[in-house]
Amino acid sequence: MDFDPTFLARLQFAFTVSFHIVFPAFSIGTSAYIATLLLLWSKTGAERYHRLARFWTKIFAVSFAMGVVSGIVLSYQFGTNWSRFSEVVGNVIGPLIGYEVLTAFFLEATFLGIMLFGWTRVPPWLHVTSACVVAVGTAISGFWILSANSWMHTPAGFEMKDGIAYPTDWVRIIFNPSFPYRFAHMMIAAYLTTAVVVLAVGCRYLLQKRFGEDARTMVRMAVGMIAIVAPLQLFVGDAHGLNTLEHQPAKIAAMEAHWDGSKPVALSLFGWPNAEAERTDFELAIPNLSSLILTHHWDGRIKGLKDFPANERPPLITTYFGFRLMVAIGMLFIATGLVGAWLWRRGTLWEATWFQWPASCMWPLGFVAILSGWITTETGRQPWVVHGVLRTADAVSPVTAGAVWTSLALFVLVYCVVFSMGVYYVNRLINRGPDATVTAPPRHGQPNRPLSGAGEAVGEVVHDGAMEPAR
Amino acid sequence: MEWYLPLAWGLIIGGAVAMYVVLDGFDLGIGILFPFTKTEHERDQMMNTVAPFWDGNETWLVLGGGGLWVAFPKAYAVIMPALYLPVIVMLLALIFRGVSFEFRWVAKPNKGVWNVAFAGGSIVAAFCQGLILGGLLQGIDVRPTPTNGLQFAGGPLDWLTPFSLVCGVGVVLGYALLGATWLNMKTDGEVARRSRAQAPGLLVAMLGAMALVSLWTPLAIDRIWDRWFSLPNILYLWPAPVLTALVAFGVWRGLEAGREILPFLGSIALFLLGFVGLAISTWPYLVPPTITFWDAAAAPASQIFLGAGTIVLFPIIIGYTVFVYWLFRGKVREGEGYH
Repeated sequence: MDFDPTFLARLQFAFTVSFHIVFPAFSIGTSAYIATLLLLWSKTGAERYHRLARFWTKIFAVSFAMGVVSGIVLSYQFGTNWSRFSEVVGNVIGPLIGYEVLTAFFLEATFLGIMLFGWTRVPPWLHVTSACVVAVGTAISGFWILSANSWMHTPAGFEMKDGIAYPTDWVRIIFNPSFPYRFAHMMIAAYLTTAVVVLAVGCRYLLQKRFGEDARTMVRMAVGMIAIVAPLQLFVGDAHGLNTLEHQPAKIAAMEAHWDGSKPVALSLFGWPNAEAERTDFELAIPNLSSLILTHHWDGRIKGLKDFPANERPPLITTYFGFRLMVAIGMLFIATGLVGAWLWRRGTLWEATWFQWPASCMWPLGFVAILSGWITTETGRQPWVVHGVLRTADAVSPVTAGAVWTSLALFVLVYCVVFSMGVYYVNRLINRGPDATVTAPPRHGQPNRPLSGAGEAVGEVVHDGAMEPAR
Repeated sequence: MEWYLPLAWGLIIGGAVAMYVVLDGFDLGIGILFPFTKTEHERDQMMNTVAPFWDGNETWLVLGGGGLWVAFPKAYAVIMPALYLPVIVMLLALIFRGVSFEFRWVAKPNKGVWNVAFAGGSIVAAFCQGLILGGLLQGIDVRPTPTNGLQFAGGPLDWLTPFSLVCGVGVVLGYALLGATWLNMKTDGEVARRSRAQAPGLLVAMLGAMALVSLWTPLAIDRIWDRWFSLPNILYLWPAPVLTALVAFGVWRGLEAGREILPFLGSIALFLLGFVGLAISTWPYLVPPTITFWDAAAAPASQIFLGAGTIVLFPIIIGYTVFVYWLFRGKVREGEGYH
């Protein structure tokens, strides 16, 4: 087969970044959940919060490691596969990535050591603080990386000289037009996804009638979070969509499979966008509804795909179906949150196995929604890698197709082996469940070295496993 | 300003790479020494000496790569495609190595596969770093781009030469030395004893590799010969090899005398001296033999923007890194973790 290097480079980047994003998204959410649990523990002293924090830290450690190693790959892929991109926009995007490393990566990585291995070695306040620092670090990391990504969608604050972008206004670069929306949308997605995972784990235990107290704590916290955050995500997502309509109308036209700009926009429920015939086959649609959503007028008009030359239209299948899948999962989460909250209020949540069973299977859906959302927005930017500034085809490295083939094959092989093992181990940790044989250290004590005071119980367990993270 | 900025950034990137080489050097070194260990308990003990630090150590690699992009995008855009395969293989090896830290514990009792992944990943990553170093030192073919820059013009295997292979072996040996002297300092019992026994041989082998590279480069490349052996340069530069010999002697004596900290610090000093030596050889080129630090520099506004943050954040990062090393100070004994 004879693929062009640009296609292979795109495939490789799509593959590595899709694998990667799952882990940071989960790390952002889990680290915040662990910090919350530890803060609740320091406030109330309730044993179950500490037990749950230890349990989730084990899972967090595995997921974080996978996020770190798959992320290092990305910071080098800009150069190995997208060297022209690196050269043309490096002056603008480079410093944002640089700030991510300096303000977030070092913070997370260093305090992670205390968080994972400091349970009894440092005073509780320092351990709780470290967990909070890690949670904040992951969010700061999200801030910079989404700023850089948003700039590729809505570049601002720069000028082009001799084909190279030069910064003129850093505030406008960092807070470029789509950044606030994208940042809010992604961070909420990370927290929501994690809440769904927590709910699924809690419901799994409820169904198995194991770890009753811990399971109920997890389910209550998760249901509360989902009931608030899932509807919020709908509004943020809507605002993000309106922002995209303003700055990247071709993307919205592709997401809606809206061909004719002279007509109102129907809400397409299902169909098969046919790029060659310039129509959507087998379409089932609600007339005018998308006009109402996008323009707040029943008869509102937006640009259709036919308003853009064929070489400036994004690919349709990924944008159209990616968007639909994301929205469908979002709606399911809203329903889950509301039904869960209603059951909780009625006091029947612990008996409602009809709710617990589907909820226990829901854990992958948040990740699916995140991936489909990213596929929608990233392919929706095509044919540009930096919207209106640099075409994807002009951004690629002068590397032979053979070399990219080789690396792509290696990536697929290694990622499938390593990360499926990771998921398997996380699942094993979940099956093993929270460890009730260890008790929390006193909240306001001295540093607890192993074999001193209340640390003794912890110390004993540790000795058989040497230094298992988050015992 | 326009003249000093690339210089300052050269020092920052150089500092980050040096930090990476030293810090990840000893934890990769532990992976390299893994196959020579007999029992799981000893492997646990070895891994425990770096478990709280490895992630922070590896972040310097991101800073090195990311920093190169920020400060010298035109060099980054040439080096990465030119060294495509060794860079990618290094990253994949680091994946195996990195996840082993966590997977090894949760896979209990089936640790075997992750022992192999940890050792193999560490060895391959170190070897690839040597290939990258060698590939860069021997020079990269470039041609002009449409935007008046330069881009890589060679083939996918240009880096593969006897010289780069020697560099690869040298880095593996050097990291193993760092790992052995680290273990000598951070452990006791059988692990410390074996590390102490391994270190002198590794020291000699690494010095051999350093000597080979130091002779090979000036003989093969006139520019480097002139840099070291022309007058008056030789009058200024002769202390570098002499100092290296003295430090190596100090490490040797320290090991013989059963010293714990000195051999580790001495091994670090050897790496730093080697690093300075290479910098002297290639200066002022960032991508020999065509692109200088000034040619490759990013827009001054970009270098200033991140430079300002770096000046503020670097001391803070160093501060909390030192704090964590201090928290987890002391020896790790067999069967004992930090809990």
